[in-house]
Amino acid sequence: MVKIPACSKTMRQNIDKLPRTYLDNLLSKPGPASDPDWVPGPETISALESSKVLGAGGLGCEILKNLALSGFKDIHVIDMDTIDVSNLNRQFLFREADVGKSKAEVAAAFVEKRVKGVKITPYNGKIQDKDEDYYMQFKMVICGLDSIEARRWINATLVDMVDMEDPESLKPLIDGGTEGFKGQARVILPTMNSCIECQLDMHAPRAAVPLCTLATIPRQPSHCIEWAHIIAWEEHRKDEVLDTDDPEHITWLYQKALARAQDFNIPGVTYSLTQGVVKNIIPAIASTNAIIAAACCNEAFKIATSCNPFLQNYMMYSGDEGVYTYTFDTERKEDCPVCGNLARNLTVNPNMTLQDLIDSLGERAEAQLKKPTLRSEERSLYSQFPQSLREQTAPNLSKKLSELVVDGEEIGVSDPAFTIAFKYKLIFVS
Amino acid sequence: MLKIWSMKQQQQKDANAEGAGPKKKKVTAAQLRVQKDLAELEGTLGRTMKTSFPNPDDILNFTLTIEPDEGMYKGGSFHFNFAINQNFPHDPPKVKCTQKIYHPNIDLEGNVCLNILREDWKPVLNLNAVIVGLQFLFLEPNASDPLNKEAAEDLRSNREGFKRNVRTSMSGGAVKHENYERVIGK
Repeated sequence: MVKIPACSKTMRQNIDKLPRTYLDNLLSKPGPASDPDWVPGPETISALESSKVLGAGGLGCEILKNLALSGFKDIHVIDMDTIDVSNLNRQFLFREADVGKSKAEVAAAFVEKRVKGVKITPYNGKIQDKDEDYYMQFKMVICGLDSIEARRWINATLVDMVDMEDPESLKPLIDGGTEGFKGQARVILPTMNSCIECQLDMHAPRAAVPLCTLATIPRQPSHCIEWAHIIAWEEHRKDEVLDTDDPEHITWLYQKALARAQDFNIPGVTYSLTQGVVKNIIPAIASTNAIIAAACCNEAFKIATSCNPFLQNYMMYSGDEGVYTYTFDTERKEDCPVCGNLARNLTVNPNMTLQDLIDSLGERAEAQLKKPTLRSEERSLYSQFPQSLREQTAPNLSKKLSELVVDGEEIGVSDPAFTIAFKYKLIFVS
Repeated sequence: MLKIWSMKQQQQKDANAEGAGPKKKKVTAAQLRVQKDLAELEGTLGRTMKTSFPNPDDILNFTLTIEPDEGMYKGGSFHFNFAINQNFPHDPPKVKCTQKIYHPNIDLEGNVCLNILREDWKPVLNLNAVIVGLQFLFLEPNASDPLNKEAAEDLRSNREGFKRNVRTSMSGGAVKHENYERVIGK
């Protein structure tokens, strides 16, 4: 039996006083794998310390702790969640007294107190609340997000920010994710290697049960819950929006599911299972999170300091049947809607009509679009098909561009002759 | 960090991107994909199907009308509401029939049992696949995956009787004490 000494108060004080000898060693002399052009020494160390990084999401506790302990000094953290009692088993920066408080704020305060000299700025909200000016201040972004939607958003934002004139606009994105015993870490250099949108097909879709199984012969407790969620709610409470955080709503679903399970003699429907199925809660295992967060933070460290080569570009970790990891280089997708065709600037006269613009697109060498469909974020400018949409958008053809878009607005142009859409940023010049 | 940037410059030496102007809202990946999918419907919709957009600027929400020209549902006009979210094509479109109809694979609330709308959806599928699938449900209603159990049982046990009940329901009549919406003669 191994005895682990308790960490006494004096020991803790000593830890804080320790110079980061090992870290400094690593950054002060070249190693066999380090880049020949790399200059080790104080410059690298200060580059690390001044790197502003952004972490977000569910792997947040691990990532924040790792970043702070690897020498990053200026860290921002975003999380929209509040602390739930069920988080306490693995999100070690939170205590029972913190339940109900903002995750970002509590985590930031804890790590700031524990690791001397680190500045952590929390933001309690969604990554989508922030704009490009905000993301521009960071050296890189490290994400442990829990949804594909949020990943696609940050990916598209960082890809769009890349500006050839400005080296600082390229923000490496390190993305980690876990599900039970499985996980992945990837390094994305926006516009340089394959982005999250390029890899979208690789994500396993959420396992779904055929609707007819739910409606006719359920076999699992989860089938009864899905039935209550999809069918019974619609039938009885159509006019209310289901709020999965409302205990009354979950209780209602639970009781409906329980009654159905009894009809079919299926044991196992519980309140917490109902919550799990309806909110699509994925089992989180503390140690898988630790492994993936560690991989992500080591990549962040290597990118910030250039001390060793970084991950190219996808590492999968599979711990559900033995342990297996595999690293491979995912390729860019030529027709990726996010990084396949970056928006080009197109100078236009705001007084020209939409028809004039379409005619000019047909003449442009790179496009030569015969039947283009155009839209901005807010408007369908002109659609070739379906017919109803063509009729509805045809009046736009004779309008001036200045009536349809504002200076600097981006439009997407697709054409049946091309698998990929073109994006243009319209710059007004009279 | 500097190293990455020099790699980038190497990679894009010939690219001639220009400086950035003011940042504005961007067309989303979901919008671009739907725009492309809609353009590809040209060969599919034909005479029997049409789309309508309550708000033409919002292509993520529209109605599809199917008017079968053969099969048991010939002569009817069936409306489906399509609601696509920003996570498309990772998430499938949400499709519901807006009328109460008598069909083994569509329940009285308008839920549709079509594999590619749920368990077999993949991002490589497109709106065309979904629309062809819906059309197929009217040509070949399927009794083995029922959502409306009575209708499925009816189809299985007595095909001719089922056909008569479909006609009754389509003209706004009652089948097995359930009233249906009139969907013909528009």
